[in-house]
Amino acid sequence: MKVALFVTCLNDTAFPGTGQAVVRLLRRLGVDVDFPSAQTCCGQMHVNSGYVPEAIPVVRTFVDAFKGYDAVVTPSGSCAASVRHQHKIVAQRSGDPALVRGVEALSPRVYELSEFLVDVLGVVNVGAYFPHRVTLHPTCHSSRLLGVGDRPERLLRAVRGITLVELPQAEECCGFGGTFALKNSDVSVAMGSDKARHVRESGAEVLVAGDNSCLMHIGGLLTRERAGIRVMHLAEVLAATEAVE
Amino acid sequence: MNKPATSNTATFLGMPPFPVAAREALANSQLRRNLRHATHTIRSKRARVVEELDDWEQLRLAGAAIKDDVLGNLGGYLEQLEESLTRAGATVHWARDAAEANQVVIDIARSHKVDEVVKVKSMVTGEIELNAALEAAGISAWETDLAELIVQLGNDLPSHILVPAIHRNRSEVRDIFLREMGKVGRPAEADLTDEPAQLAGAARRHLREKFLRAKVAVSGANFAVADTGTLVVVESEGNGRMCLTLPEVLISVVGIEKVVPTWTDLEVFLQLLPRSSTGERMNPYTSTWTGVTPGDGPQEVHVVLLDNGRTKVLADEVGRQALRCIRCSACLNVCPVYERVGGHAYGSIYPGPIGAILTPMLRGVGTDEATDALPFASSLCGACYEVCPVLIDIPEVLVHLRGKVVDSHRGGVPGALQAAMTGASWTLRRSSRLALAQRFAGLSGRVLGRRGLIGRMPPPLSRWTDARDAPAPSRESFRAWWARTDGGRSGAGSTAAGSTAAGSPSDTTDEGGEPR
Repeated sequence: MKVALFVTCLNDTAFPGTGQAVVRLLRRLGVDVDFPSAQTCCGQMHVNSGYVPEAIPVVRTFVDAFKGYDAVVTPSGSCAASVRHQHKIVAQRSGDPALVRGVEALSPRVYELSEFLVDVLGVVNVGAYFPHRVTLHPTCHSSRLLGVGDRPERLLRAVRGITLVELPQAEECCGFGGTFALKNSDVSVAMGSDKARHVRESGAEVLVAGDNSCLMHIGGLLTRERAGIRVMHLAEVLAATEAVE
Repeated sequence: MNKPATSNTATFLGMPPFPVAAREALANSQLRRNLRHATHTIRSKRARVVEELDDWEQLRLAGAAIKDDVLGNLGGYLEQLEESLTRAGATVHWARDAAEANQVVIDIARSHKVDEVVKVKSMVTGEIELNAALEAAGISAWETDLAELIVQLGNDLPSHILVPAIHRNRSEVRDIFLREMGKVGRPAEADLTDEPAQLAGAARRHLREKFLRAKVAVSGANFAVADTGTLVVVESEGNGRMCLTLPEVLISVVGIEKVVPTWTDLEVFLQLLPRSSTGERMNPYTSTWTGVTPGDGPQEVHVVLLDNGRTKVLADEVGRQALRCIRCSACLNVCPVYERVGGHAYGSIYPGPIGAILTPMLRGVGTDEATDALPFASSLCGACYEVCPVLIDIPEVLVHLRGKVVDSHRGGVPGALQAAMTGASWTLRRSSRLALAQRFAGLSGRVLGRRGLIGRMPPPLSRWTDARDAPAPSRESFRAWWARTDGGRSGAGSTAAGSTAAGSPSDTTDEGGEPR
């Protein structure tokens, strides 16, 4: 099986550690993951901001970069959901039947990390070690758009040494919402502050999620509040072992 | 005594756009507490009674399918409805817009020489601002639903579809009753407390006078059954039943999307609506009436079938699903945005997620700033879609409408966002361009980022950093790391700091959560 990593533009630019964690994790599980360097972005920012025509070349680049792979894995529920639900809309808008066909063929082969691990590899215990108190924010796009269900939680429960604690009102949105965070920054911060309060109430040392966009928002509030709580991507927890690299 | 005390019925027109109105609402901590308590209470009641039904998902599918059938054959069903209503002795009026509908109601009221009407709670008469039109024609419209009465007496605006006075607490209600009831009818007793039973008693005595006196009533309808010509109103307080049975003349203003084919279809909606709306298995009062029944109830029955933008919505392939809406308000009660800002910020009778799609479609996008801001008043979390009893994919329609808003502004001088989006699109169509941008970002990250975090940025990015730290761009992008280390195979497997969302390195496992 030829597997590609879609690292996402945000992780590529701001959180390369997450991409590196996916690479370490997948290699440990025997998957020789490739990084097609022609990749850029899923185009969600454009679509969700109302700029669908501007997303067409971005989606075309995505299809060209990944069409030769059996599976594409990405450490972002939100970007995976965009590929699965929005690329079709963008391709139709382009009026290019080849792009529509390309999207139809590729989209079902794109997996969010926890889906790829549980559904494609059939692994729940990934051999990780992480002796910390952790709480999980399920993220809206992972749970509501992709329907990943309890996959992230099952993966975390199988991590050796971990203490998983409950996040109050976990299902509630953190308020990031892409450009919503800027266009409606007051509401976004109000939602995020409640999320940060629930994270503090959980008693966790580390907040984990499958999307660095949400974590950037919640983490930005937590560090501003000097809450002493770290945020980490799910991939980084699952990649962690006793060996210090 | 019959004239309203104030001459200016409150209106949503001219309210500031959502981000501005939301900021003001967020500053009101009493409002936020009221909303939080109320929405969470209804939310959990709804969850409990929905959980009870094994066939809830099938009911949702059936509800959506019935509505889609109606919308796909609307002309035929409406003609059938008109025929059934006429046969049953009702008079059918067609209104293209608010002005036409209001004029029909005014003309009927005038033909009976009345200067007042009693009203059943209705969203559509709020949409067409009927009360203001009646007032301008010298006719008082008395709201008889408790929450609508509170809103009207307070010269206020509704902020929720189901509980329009959700933004008021009981001591505010007491003050409004004491201050205002006497100006328009029977005053509240001077020793009125803020006990709910006492408040309800005061409202009952105040309203009783109006129920017994009114000759004309105005209602909406939750459903209109095409094959029998039956209108249906679903309510909790019994005030609707009073209005629908006591007066001599009944005028019902009904949006054309309210039609259902048969009574059998009602079975689906009478399960979906109360559970989604009040979180009850069944609502206390369900009134149905079919034209005129000689010697019983109103002897003159009018039905005003209203378009007011609905056919425009119907023409929108993605947006038309909004016409399935049965006004249950479940989407409001689960919406994290609504919960924090309340209904007024949406500047429309239809607040919350459904309002954010329905209002721009009914009004048309590209005309005013406040309307165009509505599709952006969402974090796209999808909680609304999850609870919608007729499966309206509100996030999908929001995104669709954002595109329409952007398209309506194309061709002029590009704003900052449009320039940024065009630039990003150019950058993201070639990975080499992205790599170049990342090298510049990486350099700036070295300058800006203290321990991988940026505490302050200039406008408009200050909207982020006013309350949140921002991650500094990584000194080395993932793609640069991959190229340098051959995907980590060449030994130098780890990266520089600033690589995780918290701005701290993560590739060791024994690091504590150090406060910064």
